[in-house]
Amino acid sequence: MHRDSERHKLFSRRAAMLAGGKALLLSTLVGRMYYLQVVESSRYKTLADENRINLRLLAPPRGRIVDRFGRAMADNQQNYRAVVIPEQAGDLSITLDLLSKIIPMGDKDWRRILREAKRKRAFVPITVRENLSWGDVARIEVNTPDLPGVLIDVGQSRNYIYGEEVAHVMGYVAAVSEKEISDDPLLELPGFRIGKAGIEKVYDMQLRGTGGSSQVEVNALGRVIRELARQEGQPGNEVRLTINLDLQRFVSKLLGKESASVVVVDVHSGDVLAMVSSPSFDPNMFNKGLDQAQWDALIHNKKSPLTNKAISGQYSPGSTFKMAVALAALEKGSITPETKIHCSGSTKLGNAEFHCWKRGGHGSVNMEEAIEQSCDVYFYETARRAGIDRISAMGERLGMGKSLDLGLPGEKHGLMPTRKWKMGELNEPWQMGETMIAGIGQGYVLTTPLQLAIMTARIANGGFQVFPRLVVNEDGEDASDNETELKSIGVAPEYLQIVKNGMNNVVNGKKGTARKARISEVGMEMAGKTGTVQVRRISKLERETGVLKNDELPWKERDHALFVGYGPVENPRFAVSVVVEHGGSGSGAAAPLARDILLEAQKLALSTPAPAPVSREANSKVMDKDGGEDVT
Amino acid sequence: MLHNNSFVQSQMSLGQKLLHMHWFFIILLCITATVGFAMLYSAAGGDLDPWASRQMVRFALGLLGMTVVAVTDIRLWLRFSYGVYFVVLALLIAVEIAGFVGMGAQRWISLGIFNVQPSELMKVAVVLALARYFHGGSIEEIERPTFLIPPLLMVAVPAFLILRQPDLGTTIMVVFASIGIFFAAGVRIWKFVLVGGVGLASAPVAWFYLLRDYQRARIMTFINPEQDTLGSGYHIIQSKIALGSGGVFGKGYLMGTQGHLNFLPEKQTDFIFTMLAEEFGLVGGLGLLALYILLLFYGFSISLSSRSHFGRLVGMGVTITFFLYIFINIAMVMGLIPVVGVPLPLVSYGGTAMLTILFGFGLLMCVHINRDLTIGRRDSGDDF
Repeated sequence: MHRDSERHKLFSRRAAMLAGGKALLLSTLVGRMYYLQVVESSRYKTLADENRINLRLLAPPRGRIVDRFGRAMADNQQNYRAVVIPEQAGDLSITLDLLSKIIPMGDKDWRRILREAKRKRAFVPITVRENLSWGDVARIEVNTPDLPGVLIDVGQSRNYIYGEEVAHVMGYVAAVSEKEISDDPLLELPGFRIGKAGIEKVYDMQLRGTGGSSQVEVNALGRVIRELARQEGQPGNEVRLTINLDLQRFVSKLLGKESASVVVVDVHSGDVLAMVSSPSFDPNMFNKGLDQAQWDALIHNKKSPLTNKAISGQYSPGSTFKMAVALAALEKGSITPETKIHCSGSTKLGNAEFHCWKRGGHGSVNMEEAIEQSCDVYFYETARRAGIDRISAMGERLGMGKSLDLGLPGEKHGLMPTRKWKMGELNEPWQMGETMIAGIGQGYVLTTPLQLAIMTARIANGGFQVFPRLVVNEDGEDASDNETELKSIGVAPEYLQIVKNGMNNVVNGKKGTARKARISEVGMEMAGKTGTVQVRRISKLERETGVLKNDELPWKERDHALFVGYGPVENPRFAVSVVVEHGGSGSGAAAPLARDILLEAQKLALSTPAPAPVSREANSKVMDKDGGEDVT
Repeated sequence: MLHNNSFVQSQMSLGQKLLHMHWFFIILLCITATVGFAMLYSAAGGDLDPWASRQMVRFALGLLGMTVVAVTDIRLWLRFSYGVYFVVLALLIAVEIAGFVGMGAQRWISLGIFNVQPSELMKVAVVLALARYFHGGSIEEIERPTFLIPPLLMVAVPAFLILRQPDLGTTIMVVFASIGIFFAAGVRIWKFVLVGGVGLASAPVAWFYLLRDYQRARIMTFINPEQDTLGSGYHIIQSKIALGSGGVFGKGYLMGTQGHLNFLPEKQTDFIFTMLAEEFGLVGGLGLLALYILLLFYGFSISLSSRSHFGRLVGMGVTITFFLYIFINIAMVMGLIPVVGVPLPLVSYGGTAMLTILFGFGLLMCVHINRDLTIGRRDSGDDF
């Protein structure tokens, strides 16, 4: 056995070498383990956490927008979406085929769904259709057994309950554009909407709220295993407007498709009770996304439905400006209430002839009569005596020619021209003729419907400097300074009374231009002033052959019809301005609207809906106080 | 005296044989397998189903089989080594012809009740066959190059078949275990160097003609896993993350995030070590490694203490095979070598591997029981 022991020795030597080799290899394993689990461990721990933790953003519900009584005008609606989860759908195309019998799907949808199904993981739901109707939802639910993997998913989307009726004040939300992306991660959420116009835009930050987040554990496929932590976001704050929804809707219906605007304010607080610009648009369309045709229709509509004419429309005030002219002259003392001026139908300045709207003239009229009958010749003279600077200063004191800081985007300033202004802007000296034209509210003078309403309110409330207010703060005590400490505009009450008498006569007097539009309900009577604004130049030839009637003119050349008014005559509460673009005459087109609106406003005030607790206190406080102040 | 002993041993009763089994080794086996059960329980998210329970049954059956192999007369094994080898080789050829494709590779053959992977069995069969061959060769014969041609063929034929399946991991194991036996049998070292040199020179040929696309991809991925983080490189990266994030003490049993969230591929089979190291950290990994080292140590010592060359070679072959399982698997999940699909012995879920390993250990126990039996070089057991 010598040979075997030799073989054994060789084997043992070789075995020792093998063992050594193995030991060496095993020690590399130990070294590697040490390297991965000790040296590099922290790096891999980070990677492991990234692997499994996924941060998801939770969109906060957008704050509601409510009217002065807390009635929702914009809220969030459940948005029902049909989604399909491919891994549960079995044969996706068969399921879609069945589904398409319930909700019609175009080739485009079909292709998109199949494309998404290919790209996304099988458990990720794919949206088939958004904004399902109740009927669709019900039909899908009923057919659930035949539609494997098809689910109804509920999201939130902005809902403008009254659509067109409050569109301009409210504005709208729409998808975030790339330029608008800021630090707020919410903006990057798919489907997130931000305010793009109106209150939605101005109060976007308050309404938006702050996003929450949810940390979820996911597996390697991205499937959510469980939620690790959840941080609730802050829902957006509610914004309460001064709008009275009932009145707003009433006005909106009243205007219909007319190119017009109406502002109703509380004469004491300046609260904007209704602000309507027509024609309007449906803000819900912007939320859902407009197609090119819808957008073109809005943009190319000559009645500019997207513009809020109540604040962005600048109009010559026409005869509604005559109160300012009268007050300026009275204050200067260049005329007294009793001063009579003779109207023969026209007056001359040098070679230029200035016509009254009434060809035969009004004869001799004093101030109250001149306002009642809107005599132009009287106001040519009155303006000449007062001078343009005083007229414009009075206009500004009444709230015209300057921004009233309502707080909506697009508010225009209007214009109260002065000699200095003309020199500065046009580098030309002021002409006397221009003063006379300004005396009947034409020429350079420009105002917005909001300014006209405020002017009327300041006259009606006895000369207090109210400012328009659109938003009530959440705590209800926004009580802007103008309510607690209303400043006077510094016009003597007796002068105001003269003007108010004239305005009363416009509606209720025997020769009043708006006599047909008077309110017969006792205690609800209105006072006001008509205005008819020429938008074209009347040639001498036309004047000789007979001025064309509005009916005979193309729409764009017809006169603007204006009316400002307040009611009730005794202890006024509401002021209104009505501008009907190319409506014809103030008395014919605007005054009847104003009548309906003021009557409705007063009726609503009698039967006020149960107000939301917060604002009732605030409002009633204001009313009481102002009611007291009004007795001047 | 030696003959006397061998006489006594060959006459051992069944009870004596059982008594002579290496019981400490078997206890180590059971502990290691229990670690496996625990990890499979964890891999299933804290459930005996579907893996741990079945693995327990298999282990129990495997232990029984191991005992049967152990108490069988070693000369019977010597006598039938070629027989076993050729049966397995036949199965391997059968797979080539009739086997079905499982897990993307043609490896399995149905034996009616259960499916087996002949390539796994070949790991042990080739050890038996080589041990028998070298048992019969004198030192002088081993020096002759022509003497080495039959054993080379014994390795090359199954290796080629397995590579064709394709199963790179098993091929590597069969080849390297065989090299170990050649080495232990006393083949001159310069011959290994020569063959190694030729092998390296022919590597480009293998790369282009023998390896499949996915095998090439795996090797490329191994070289640079980051280039394809969601494709082939994904497994390695995720495995390293799991290991590394386990740290020294691990995330705690059943608390591994990588494994439970399915970031780990094949967590119950090839990547189970990663799971263990994630949940029990460096300490756990080294603990399991220590168990393996003890098993290897006893494997070596059993092999060395055998008085028959056949016993020594079988013991060495089994130990080397066991070592290769361990090394390739752990090195693979730690990103040291390409992912080749070798399970972690006794721990990974899988029936055939368990069968192979316990069959191998049965032979090892058989060697141990018959450690004092000498068998003549020309004695192939025909005349016992």
